[in-house]
Amino acid sequence: MTAAAFFFYLFSAMLIASAFLVVTARNPVHSVLFLILSFVNAAALFILLGAEFLAMILIVVYVGAVAVLFLFVVMMLDVDFAELKQGFLRYLPIGALVGGIVLLELVFVVGSWSFGSVAVAQIPTPTPQGLSNTAALGSVLYTQYVYLFEAAGFVLLTAMIGAIVLTLHHKEGVKRQSVAAQNERTAKTAVELKKVPSRAGV
Amino acid sequence: MIGLGHYLVVAAILFTLGVAGIIVNRKNIIIILMSVELILLSVNINLVAFSAFLHDLTGQVFALFILTVAAAEAAIGLAILVTYFRNRGTIAVEDVNLMKG
Repeated sequence: MTAAAFFFYLFSAMLIASAFLVVTARNPVHSVLFLILSFVNAAALFILLGAEFLAMILIVVYVGAVAVLFLFVVMMLDVDFAELKQGFLRYLPIGALVGGIVLLELVFVVGSWSFGSVAVAQIPTPTPQGLSNTAALGSVLYTQYVYLFEAAGFVLLTAMIGAIVLTLHHKEGVKRQSVAAQNERTAKTAVELKKVPSRAGV
Repeated sequence: MIGLGHYLVVAAILFTLGVAGIIVNRKNIIIILMSVELILLSVNINLVAFSAFLHDLTGQVFALFILTVAAAEAAIGLAILVTYFRNRGTIAVEDVNLMKG
């Protein structure tokens, strides 16, 4: 067994094991941590495939941002997770059944399938020779797929605005500083002079 | 030697775990969102494996777009979750039929 094969089996076994633990872990915090582990292992598989840029993006975006977001939400929400875990055993047979059928179908598809000669002959963007993976991806992404790239940027912008609009809420009855109102005040509106008679009080 | 089929089988197992995870954790929407992430990850593994074995960069470009969409989906999903929890005090998804749609 070569080193590449050894590392492939190592990373894929850890990927599948950690994905299994994501689904079955009792504590959602452990689930998030196993999700991080499975992302790291998938990034290692990407490196084995020669897609270094995507591997780094996976680590930066998923482990650095998305998984931490999950962790933040899981820890911030004070939820009784033991109550949510009920029904796990009740749904286990149907889940195993559906999963088994899906896996069987996918394995049949993978087993009885091969490339057509037409598909191999008509590759839209062949990998450029003599470039690193990042440079090759950039040279394709910023030319051929530049409109899709900008559309992806708009998707992220929409998601950002949507998440802010959904979670931002103003509390009623909180005093805030209003600079405009402060600058509007003059001595005439701010100070009131009263003539107080002696021994009479205000 | 590790071929394309090996990667496809790994991605198929990961996809299956994601689908089964959605079914067995029907009450816990956080685990459901994580299962969706697992499914998208398996699709990415498929795309990158095809891209590497066909010497075609399109797969990696599309994997990049899927990563973008998955990140946006996770952010929006968690924002909805936080809003729902703030309103209801629970995240049980079986009574998310307030609107009777």
